[in-house]
Amino acid sequence: MMQLPCPWCGPRNVSEFHYSGEVIARPDVGSVAPDQWRTYLYTRANTAGWTKEKWYHSAGCRRFFQVQRNTLTNENHLVEEAR
Amino acid sequence: MTQQTSTTRTASAAAMRLEPQPGEVINRSRTVHFTWNGSRRTGFEGDTIVSTLAADGERVFSRSFKYHRPRGLLTAGFHDPGCIVQVDDEPNVRGAHRPVRDGMQVVSQNVWPSLKYDAKSANQLIGRFLPPGFYYKTFMRPARLWPAYQQVLKRFANGGVVAAEATGEYYDKRYAHPDVLVAGGGPAGMSAALAAAAAGARVMLVEEEFELGGHLRWGDDTDRAVMTDLRSRVTAAEGIEVLTNSVVLARYDENWMAVVQRGLPGVPERLIKARARVLVPAAGLIERPYVFDGNDKPGVMLSTAVRRLINLYGVKPGERAVVFTANGAGDAALADLRRAGVEIAHVADARRGGNIARALGRGAVQSVELPGKRRIDADLLVTATGWTAPTSLLNMAGDRPVYSERAARFLPGGQAGDSVLPVGGLAGDGTVEEYLAHADAVGARAAHRALAERNRHAAATPTSVRRREGASDTEPPADEDSDRLDTPGLSVDPHPALFRASTHGMVDYSEDVTSEDLFTAVQEGYDSAELAKRYTTATMGPLQGKLETINAIAVVAEATGKTIAQTGTTTWRPVYAPVTLGALAGRTFEPVRHSPMQRWHEGRGAKPLIAGQWIRPEHYGDPQAEVHAVRGGVGIIDVTPIGKLDLKGKDVPQLLNLLYVNKWSKLAVGRVRYGVMCAEDGVVFDDGVTGRLGEDHYLMSTTSSGAGAVWEWLELWLQTERPHWDVHVTPVTTAYASINVAGPRSRELVSRLTEGVDLSPEAFGYMHVRTGRVAGVDDCVLWRIGFTGELSYELHVPSSYGLHVWEALMKHGADLGVAPFGIEAQRVLRLEKGHLIVGQDTDGLTKAYSAGLDWAIKLDKDDFIGKPELQWQAQSEGGPRLVGVQPVDGSVVPPEASQIISRTGAILGRITSSRMSPTLGRSIGLAQVDSSVAASGSLLTVRLPDGSDCQVRVTEQLAHVDPEGKRQEIGVAPSSTSGAASVDFADFTDPVARPPVETTGSTSRRGHWLVTDRASSADLTLTDLSPLAKVGVRAADDGALASSLGVQVGRASRREGALVAGAGPGEWLIIDAVDGQADLAARWRNRVDETGESAAVVDQTHGRALLRLTGARAVDVLAKICAIDLADDLVPDGSALRSSVARLVTDIIRDDVSDEPGQRSYLLHCERSSGQYLFDSVVDAGAEFGIETKGGALDIG
Repeated sequence: MMQLPCPWCGPRNVSEFHYSGEVIARPDVGSVAPDQWRTYLYTRANTAGWTKEKWYHSAGCRRFFQVQRNTLTNENHLVEEAR
Repeated sequence: MTQQTSTTRTASAAAMRLEPQPGEVINRSRTVHFTWNGSRRTGFEGDTIVSTLAADGERVFSRSFKYHRPRGLLTAGFHDPGCIVQVDDEPNVRGAHRPVRDGMQVVSQNVWPSLKYDAKSANQLIGRFLPPGFYYKTFMRPARLWPAYQQVLKRFANGGVVAAEATGEYYDKRYAHPDVLVAGGGPAGMSAALAAAAAGARVMLVEEEFELGGHLRWGDDTDRAVMTDLRSRVTAAEGIEVLTNSVVLARYDENWMAVVQRGLPGVPERLIKARARVLVPAAGLIERPYVFDGNDKPGVMLSTAVRRLINLYGVKPGERAVVFTANGAGDAALADLRRAGVEIAHVADARRGGNIARALGRGAVQSVELPGKRRIDADLLVTATGWTAPTSLLNMAGDRPVYSERAARFLPGGQAGDSVLPVGGLAGDGTVEEYLAHADAVGARAAHRALAERNRHAAATPTSVRRREGASDTEPPADEDSDRLDTPGLSVDPHPALFRASTHGMVDYSEDVTSEDLFTAVQEGYDSAELAKRYTTATMGPLQGKLETINAIAVVAEATGKTIAQTGTTTWRPVYAPVTLGALAGRTFEPVRHSPMQRWHEGRGAKPLIAGQWIRPEHYGDPQAEVHAVRGGVGIIDVTPIGKLDLKGKDVPQLLNLLYVNKWSKLAVGRVRYGVMCAEDGVVFDDGVTGRLGEDHYLMSTTSSGAGAVWEWLELWLQTERPHWDVHVTPVTTAYASINVAGPRSRELVSRLTEGVDLSPEAFGYMHVRTGRVAGVDDCVLWRIGFTGELSYELHVPSSYGLHVWEALMKHGADLGVAPFGIEAQRVLRLEKGHLIVGQDTDGLTKAYSAGLDWAIKLDKDDFIGKPELQWQAQSEGGPRLVGVQPVDGSVVPPEASQIISRTGAILGRITSSRMSPTLGRSIGLAQVDSSVAASGSLLTVRLPDGSDCQVRVTEQLAHVDPEGKRQEIGVAPSSTSGAASVDFADFTDPVARPPVETTGSTSRRGHWLVTDRASSADLTLTDLSPLAKVGVRAADDGALASSLGVQVGRASRREGALVAGAGPGEWLIIDAVDGQADLAARWRNRVDETGESAAVVDQTHGRALLRLTGARAVDVLAKICAIDLADDLVPDGSALRSSVARLVTDIIRDDVSDEPGQRSYLLHCERSSGQYLFDSVVDAGAEFGIETKGGALDIG
């Protein structure tokens, strides 16, 4: 089981976290076209390699934070500005 | 036949037992009696089942899996394929590993009718007709016969008998955090462990056998002297935890290790989940069998088996032996055999061109044929033809071991990374001294890396001493020089490449796969190791390749004309050794939640309903009567599981506007509104009411099942999308016991108990909220809302008083006919009123317009979650619609999920809710139907499960009863005299607060609280401290309030007699004296006002359970239910952290109560509804350490 570097609690087992998905920007609701919105809803890069992800420490500090994770090796580190 | 030496020998008691041997592990002064297939046997303490039987001269212990060939002893260790037996009701016991125990009944497996006369061995006569893939090829068609095939095949391929009545054994789990985990307790493993411990690492040393020592155990005097020295140094060393009769099963990401510990008292197996900073695989080498005709006959043994039998158990392996040796182990076995008085008939030395061709004999070896057809009589054939490196753990770490032609075995490929460092035979060859020197250097290096890693971990952990001392997590680790540590290399010694003789023989003993089968597979086109393995099932039996993989690859290589290196190895996957399902399932942690009134419900015979983690009353016997009670008078229902979130801050209205589809800007103080939340795809996600309690203070309710998800949803939007908004969210679901009082007489009943709130319809209208005192309990929240359509009040009472208020309602409503009602009556009442249930009348595709919520959706808001999709749905007017339906025949209740079909049979929708309405005396329902047939009055066809159809008519409204909503206002006005006559508010001057953990034995009052008196002087105790005042504060983590609180995340300290814990970023928990919460909260609210900061101060006294676990072994108790490393340097006194305990989110505060070294005390803090569960889980985990529960000591100062 991999560990994630919670910026508040320190390294913890991934079972303490909820995966919240790739970091993607929410389009402007006032002007968005259906295609663009559905890309936001459903399309993910699903990269084999380094990705930027959002995780929620549900069994700990209850904070969302961002990590860079290599989906091939599970190697990961904190995105510093997320804190 | 020249001599009839031992080939006709018969078994007799201890006939083969030798004189005492210097290294034997048996205690000849202690005999052990058991039975083998019904016959009485006597062994010694320390004997295994098979060593005892071998001492009696037994040679056959099982029949093989497919051909039912007789099988004997091959390796004399755990992984002996022929020694799998049944012990009492336990199947598949490794008989060459399991010690004998008085009274055990051992029987052979996979035999019928008996071991000696096995009818199924006829299979071997027709072996020519059981080629590889036979089962696939033969039992394919016709498919209707599969069940019959299965019956036949099961008889032929059974593996022991599982008792029909499960005994419910107690399995166990725990977590561990070794710096260095050494997998294997031979000389290299011990040496590495010693070096790592000497360098300051915490070491876990895991050994499969019952004793440390590895191959030195059956070695000569010099070997044993080295072993004794190593063992005594391991015993004396600080920081080495030795686990024997234990195996490392698997290695996962970041050295997350599964270790199974066997044979503990009262616990068959314990699974240890270990997070090792560095793993040192030291599994040694496994001796490889040689492939030749008859190589599976009883009497063919590996050299290590012979050495174990003679040296460990004092058992003579045979009378007359042929020895085929290619290495020193074979030579040593030869010497042992001579010493044991075994006649050596012939030695074939592979290094000088010697070989063997086949073993002959009926049932067991009687003679051995050499190349050139020469036959030699012998009852024992010993082979020493090389080794398999059990590289499993390396493979699991990503290594791809490479085949060495020179060593004729696989060696590590060097890709396992810095945190996996093999030693011993896995890593190379050497003398014992060379192995020790290598392992010593690797152990030191492992410790170095592990400690650097540990420092890095500590620097990133807010509770740690290191962090407090100011170490930063970017500080360079202290392992700079570890690469310069000198590691003497191991050599790779030449070894003859011996895999198969001139004849064909068994490759996989467990699965009965021969080298001939592998040749056939290759001919049929399965010409890679992976394909041939799957086709023939070689390496897929109980041994999982430990003995047979290399031979299988070698044979495939031979058959394909490739080299072994070109053929490659098959993948070694977890688990390395067999483990019971019980150990994997272990003690299961399934958190359970109870309302404070649960005991009352149980006492009234409520039928329990499991709803998520909650246990709720489904009904109290007659749900129809419960519906009548509500419509005719008054009923009360426990709705505690409804999710509740306390929202504070000036931006709450903006948040509500974003989350809900409807508008919230103008909700006045004292008002309540219903809202629906959608996800970004416009699909209905949750619903509930939110009330405005004060200027910047709101209470949001959610569905019971959605409480957790909605909270996370709020945090997601607040933290990641709108971080500048001023909103503090505090979950208070179980801070309140929630009771809905419903029915025309509800006002009368509530008014009898309520002080300080004017309940008249003019003063307290529909969808209003008030706070006041109910049955003498302050700070109750009263909502005038109702899903039943009747006049109703939802009372949210501080949880500890829930039972008190519930009982007061029952008592003072007796003359009004008050009745408790359960979930089923609630379902009916809701359905009669046409209120949808999210998740029942909607599904994962139901957008808000399809849920009949058109009236609520406000597309003129700038933004709300899901708005674009709803906008487009509104434009297209497509999708299904939620409608009310009534069967034409009112006596038919179509089951929920029945399909609604068109004339041509196309699916137009489905029934989502369906019940018999006691109020209308007819069936009613809700349905999701295509918009084309959703018009009021449409007649629809419903296909029932039995295939028949029924007709239902779409109703004008969703509500079946009182669609105009008039009943909401019909209340029987409380007659000013009746209430006053029956109730004296003085009755309520002393309401009883009950803690979350049930009080047992003698009790007394402490302030408002009922507490247990139980005293205990045990070394390890658990106390329910829930009555202590608990107040939560949420504010900026860097403001004046934060400095006033004095602690940051991860720390706890005393302040003005209270304990203040930094529970999370910008989140504090303050614990103070019993009944002090009102003052405490007021004090901190004043401070908030003084600082002018935005903050939330929420009384959590009733919403949380607080336990204290005290004792030197407290840390060991928590290690069984919590994955956090609680070592003193990482979590010292004064630490605060939150993690999962028994799968429950729990705050852990280290708060030692004694200065005695080693004494520890932890406060555990969780949601009240799970307090009993947490308490029970800790008591269960603490049983082996003698935990006792204790009352009293209700203070924190």
